[in-house]
Amino acid sequence: MILQGNRSWVFQNPPVILATGTVVGPDEGQGPLAAEFDLVHPDLEIGQPSWEKSERALLEQASDIALQHANLKQGDINFFVGGDLLNQIISSTFAARTLGVPYLGVFGACSTSMESLALASLIVASGAGKHVMAGTSSHNCTVEKQFRYPTEYGSQKPPTAQYTVTGAGVSVVGEKGEGPVITAATIGKIMDLGITDPFNMGAAMAPAAVDTIQSHLEETGRSPGYYDAIVTGDLAGVGHPIATDMLKRNGVPMQQTQFLDCGLLIYDVDKQKVQAGGSGCACSAVVTYGHLLKRIAKGELKKILVVATGALLSPLSYQQGETIPCIAHAVSIEAPS
Amino acid sequence: MAVKSAGGGSKGYKPVSMSAKEYKAFAQTKEPSRSVWTNCIRAFLVGGLICAIGQGIQRFFMAAFDMTSKQAGNPTVAVLILLSVILTSMGVYDKIAQWAGAGSAVPVTGFANSMSSAAIEHRSEGLVLGVGANMFKLAGSVIVYGVVAAFVVGIVYWLFGIGAWHDTSG
Amino acid sequence: MMPYIWAFIVGGGICVFGQICFDVFKLTPAHTMSLLVVIGALLDAVGLYDPLVDFAGAGATVPITSFGNALVHGALTELQQDGWIGVITGIFSITSAGISAAIVFSFLAALVVRPKG
Repeated sequence: MILQGNRSWVFQNPPVILATGTVVGPDEGQGPLAAEFDLVHPDLEIGQPSWEKSERALLEQASDIALQHANLKQGDINFFVGGDLLNQIISSTFAARTLGVPYLGVFGACSTSMESLALASLIVASGAGKHVMAGTSSHNCTVEKQFRYPTEYGSQKPPTAQYTVTGAGVSVVGEKGEGPVITAATIGKIMDLGITDPFNMGAAMAPAAVDTIQSHLEETGRSPGYYDAIVTGDLAGVGHPIATDMLKRNGVPMQQTQFLDCGLLIYDVDKQKVQAGGSGCACSAVVTYGHLLKRIAKGELKKILVVATGALLSPLSYQQGETIPCIAHAVSIEAPS
Repeated sequence: MAVKSAGGGSKGYKPVSMSAKEYKAFAQTKEPSRSVWTNCIRAFLVGGLICAIGQGIQRFFMAAFDMTSKQAGNPTVAVLILLSVILTSMGVYDKIAQWAGAGSAVPVTGFANSMSSAAIEHRSEGLVLGVGANMFKLAGSVIVYGVVAAFVVGIVYWLFGIGAWHDTSG
Repeated sequence: MMPYIWAFIVGGGICVFGQICFDVFKLTPAHTMSLLVVIGALLDAVGLYDPLVDFAGAGATVPITSFGNALVHGALTELQQDGWIGVITGIFSITSAGISAAIVFSFLAALVVRPKG
């Protein structure tokens, strides 16, 4: 039985991450993890005539690289589970068109990386697919254009704002093979504690991360010390301390493990002009698939829990005075035994 | 609500149960404070500089074309708008604005930046539905509220018969 | 020299008011600019903006507040000349240069340039 508790899946035959592909833009290329990505672009245009086409190119390139690394062809993939931040998840749709693979589009905003990975793992673990791709992308300019202001508009970002990662991260999950394994996943519930400021996503998303982490630990019976690191997706400089505090107040012994955040890992927050840190679907995707999995391969980490967080607002909902509903999905990735 | 797992025993962590009001107050304590002083000084310097440049351009028009200061007002604004559009096109205006804040947004250069940035950004949707329809995306509210305010003022003046209004000729 | 100094001080001061709207009252740029335009209109309604222009020159004509001032001028001038209909017909008469310039230059920029992010 895969279901444990109300919303956690524990995989007795853990699916394997056979390969990954990570592609990033210039700002990430100037960050501390630059050497760990498969492809770094020197500019934001990626040789395309519009930002939206650029984002699509990122996802297509990451998919190609993942397939190459897995030694598979498009025809070997049963399903592609993907999503992004754009309206109607158009980047994933067009990437799926290029891939020519049966497509399950999902919207989890910045939690898409782990939502898609959890679903891909479920499909493989339940025997419903042999090879499933999970991927997501984001682009700084498409997000600014859609959710905030035209990219050349002179607005001053407050220090709570976060910087959307330009990049794409794709993984290929299979039943057996060499690679880190996915042992469990916990699906998030919408958490909305009344934050309305789209320039303060970290504070909006922190409760969702806390809720999912606690549920995961309770339902799997694991304690924080089971993991070498618990890594949130993009709570960044404002949300991560909030989550740390809340977990402490709720009695979760996080000091047993390292509590990290992808949004703080991908950029040098002091040197780069990224305000509170990174965000965007690609943030957790490229840091997990590029950096964290490499640390597992090197043996520095054996078991990690990646908790990707997403703010599920729309440009209109914010203008209509609505609060920001958030969600967090957790996937536990371990070194092969 | 605390969730109990099916297999292992419940760890009994306190559930996430803060009310929205409590959470907002809590989150605010964790917000990095905006350096209001620094931002105001920067806004003062850049805004003042832009206005001083405007003053210089106005003087130039008055001297070179023998205009009065009122007549020179329009070409001055036009030149500042052109400069702002050029800086926006070069991709520089938004970088200045992150430093200057209101100092670059409040002068008429900010108005021109809001229009040109929207026009440039939406070129990918075509000239009519992209550029044409979106140009006033940000500037529209300024124009709407300015016109409505002027209309209200005009109606009030008319209703109260404020006839001999201060002369603006010249 | 003095005109430049006053232009700098008054223009800078109006921008500081805008910055306080951003940072203390947490208003968006659109809200702040709309507020400033209305303030400019109201100041002209009570006859305070013109003396400011005489005193500070570009320090009063360059900030967006002067847009509100010009709109009111247009309305009231036509009101005097043409009666109540002038309130509608005159509004854009003085600001036409600024708006037209912004539209034309923005359009040309969109033809020639791509956003740089």
